Amino acid sequence: MAIFNLNINNKVYKITAEADMPLVWAIRDLANLKGTKFGCGMAQCGACTVHLDGQPVRSCQMPLSAISKKAKITTIEGISEPKLHAVQKAWIEEQVPQCGYCQSGQIMSAVALLKTNKNPNDEEILAAMEGNLCRCGTYQRINTAIKNASKML
Amino acid sequence: MKNNRREFIKTLGLTGIGLSIGIDGFSNNIGLKKLTPATLALEINPFIIIENTGKITLVNSRPDMGQGSTQAVPSLLAEELEVSLDQVSIIQSDGRSKYGSQQSGGSSSVRGLWMPLRQAGAAAKEMLIKAAAEKWGVNAVDCYAERGKIFLKGSQKSVTYGEVADLASTYEVPKNPKLKDPKDFKILGKYNPRLDVPDRVTGKAIYGIDAEIPGMVFAKVVHSPRIHDTISSIDDAAARKVAGVLDVIKIERAMPHTKVDAVAVIAQNQWAALKGAKALTVNWKSESGKYLNQNTSEYFDAAYAAAKKPGIRAEEKGDFDAHFESATQKLEAVYETPFLAHAAIESENATVHVKDDGSVEVWAPIQGPDGALSQVAQYLGVSEEKVKINVTLLGGSFGRKAYMDFLNEACDISRKIKKPVKVLWTKEDDIAQGPYRPAMLSRMKGVLENGRAKAFHHQAIGESIAGQVFNGLRPNTADDWLSGELSQENHQYAFEVNKVSYSRVKTSIPVVWWRSVYASNFGWGQECFIDEMAHEAKKDPLEFRLGLLKNAPRFTKVLNLLAEKADYKTPLPAGKAKGIAVFRSFDSISAACVFVSKTNSGIKIDKVVSVIDCGMFVNPDNVKAQTEGNIVMGIQAATKGGITFENNQCVQSNYHDYQVLRNSEIPKMEIHIVENYEKPGGVGEPGLPPIAPALGNAIFNLTGKRERKLPLGV
Repeated sequence: MAIFNLNINNKVYKITAEADMPLVWAIRDLANLKGTKFGCGMAQCGACTVHLDGQPVRSCQMPLSAISKKAKITTIEGISEPKLHAVQKAWIEEQVPQCGYCQSGQIMSAVALLKTNKNPNDEEILAAMEGNLCRCGTYQRINTAIKNASKML
Repeated sequence: MKNNRREFIKTLGLTGIGLSIGIDGFSNNIGLKKLTPATLALEINPFIIIENTGKITLVNSRPDMGQGSTQAVPSLLAEELEVSLDQVSIIQSDGRSKYGSQQSGGSSSVRGLWMPLRQAGAAAKEMLIKAAAEKWGVNAVDCYAERGKIFLKGSQKSVTYGEVADLASTYEVPKNPKLKDPKDFKILGKYNPRLDVPDRVTGKAIYGIDAEIPGMVFAKVVHSPRIHDTISSIDDAAARKVAGVLDVIKIERAMPHTKVDAVAVIAQNQWAALKGAKALTVNWKSESGKYLNQNTSEYFDAAYAAAKKPGIRAEEKGDFDAHFESATQKLEAVYETPFLAHAAIESENATVHVKDDGSVEVWAPIQGPDGALSQVAQYLGVSEEKVKINVTLLGGSFGRKAYMDFLNEACDISRKIKKPVKVLWTKEDDIAQGPYRPAMLSRMKGVLENGRAKAFHHQAIGESIAGQVFNGLRPNTADDWLSGELSQENHQYAFEVNKVSYSRVKTSIPVVWWRSVYASNFGWGQECFIDEMAHEAKKDPLEFRLGLLKNAPRFTKVLNLLAEKADYKTPLPAGKAKGIAVFRSFDSISAACVFVSKTNSGIKIDKVVSVIDCGMFVNPDNVKAQTEGNIVMGIQAATKGGITFENNQCVQSNYHDYQVLRNSEIPKMEIHIVENYEKPGGVGEPGLPPIAPALGNAIFNLTGKRERKLPLGV
């Protein structure tokens, strides 16, 4: 066991865990932030997507030992406060979610895309969102919502 | 009794009850009962609770797996009660019989609850109006209800529901409350944003995997790769050395029809449980006597052999075989659909606490709390009163979470370790353990006479869900669920001679319903074969169908709307083609037109136009959302590989080899709803069955090659 001081959403969580524990479990079970979801466990579905220093990563494949001490982790909870992100507003406006289980990951991927590309075209949206599966099939609305969000930013 | 009441109030988080309205059974002739403090311990159905503080609580009795029941079910109550959903709290029912059937499945929620819940809402409204009238000393006819208040016509007087709830609760519940004319609906049939959406985009929504109980431990269950094997030995030395692992115990996976061995690794956190399971060695003793067609090749061999023999007759008008024998223009073909996994992103999970006092509490993403209640009570041998079911949101399900083997596993572990435990399956368990949509064949035969379809026979071949899961199919009988979907009454094609038959092919590969159930299998064969007949008759497929559906106005309307919206009559340039299909399931008719084109890298699906006639509906946007989902899932079912078993075990294990559609793979989608005042039909499933055959027909129109086996190469 080792102690990790994880900066999640600008708050430091002192976590005691095995060094090979993937970040998703530290976030969910030890920091008790349940908005990040566990899906496939092999970076195929993107449900566990969080930001590591602003970059989208699959937290099921990111052991705690690989996270630098200065790293800033952002989860869905981190972009919801103090007010909803434009992407979340667009998601509500477009009524994107069905079951909603994958949407934390979808939204984190979309937020990361719009951070580096304010006005993505169709190909750029698909490239950024290809790693996020939605079994309910909400993709058409996701893509529309990303375009609408880009207009709000 | 007082204790019961306190417990009840605590459970609902209520402060004091004014009026509560429920319904007694779900027959058309329902008896309405009210819930007052004096009768709180009685078995009645409290769907509407109005507290004298003004708080209004409506009960959603159908678990929400993404189909929108959190909005749809309370909307039925709210419409007649004259409240808007932003004024009320919504809670999920707990499985008690007072809520009637609570199974989300068979696209049944809105069509099943349409009348009883509207009646419950209307009865409560009448009682509240009567109370206000009495309070004011006026006639009830001079009062009306709107947005949670009673108003006196022609005056400034108003009173909130909460203020008259106590008085209202002293009245008898009206037996035949007046229902609104659908033309006056304010909520039903109108666009309203789903109020559960904000929590689903902020991470606040609670799914089964998020359940958190004090003192809870985590379990990973190790299953038999060949499903039915027994344990010969367990080497858990390495697993027990994993930091955080607490115990390794032998358990059982109790499926509805059989129990099999399993091992649970129990740990302080989920990661330790997963890691412990990887370090565990279980030696499985092959139980070959239990394998029955447990390789997909054996299953299909048996199915194709069955296709050469007559099946059990489910229905027959005229003598099909005689017509077929003597016909000069006839055709026949066999169509194939594979086993499919549901593959929801949230895998199976359940949190259970079997407590020292013999009571049991469950937190789980399940499709039916009533089924869970009786299952858990039966499994653990306790009375239903001792079981409390908390239904969470479901992170997708598509039929899978109605099969609650994972819940039994959590029960078995908790009773053995005497702690609350969360069982979480991995995606590998979800994909490789089943149950699956059964693979099926359709043997189609048709007779044409003077360019007209005269006789039609659909022989359905494969495992019966009722037969395997519920042991509910007598020998030499047709699975009536399946034959109902194929009946002439359902498809409405006016063949002079029509026959449906069924040949059961047993397998020990676990099966269960999958979105749209058998319609997802048989729509493929039926609607492709209709196109084959049209081609043989040298008729346009749309005209051919319309010719057979002259006495089926709703089908005709759906097809005509599809033709209009898809611009069907306009020819496409070379290298492009379209195909259509129509199928009725769950009391709704859905048709699709799929557009395809030839590209350098193969055939591409450009666009899908879908039309649905689901009668009256709650929220048009949700009808569209569900249909979009059905198109995406229907394309996956038609184009991606199915589940296969070799060496008696599943070949696929996760999303890399059991693929679902990714964002870049979806076509442009357009959904159109037929608006009418017909009885509500299903919404969550009917959009799926026409997708595969419309695509197959489009490919034939593009390439001239008739594909009869899924998946298609797209």
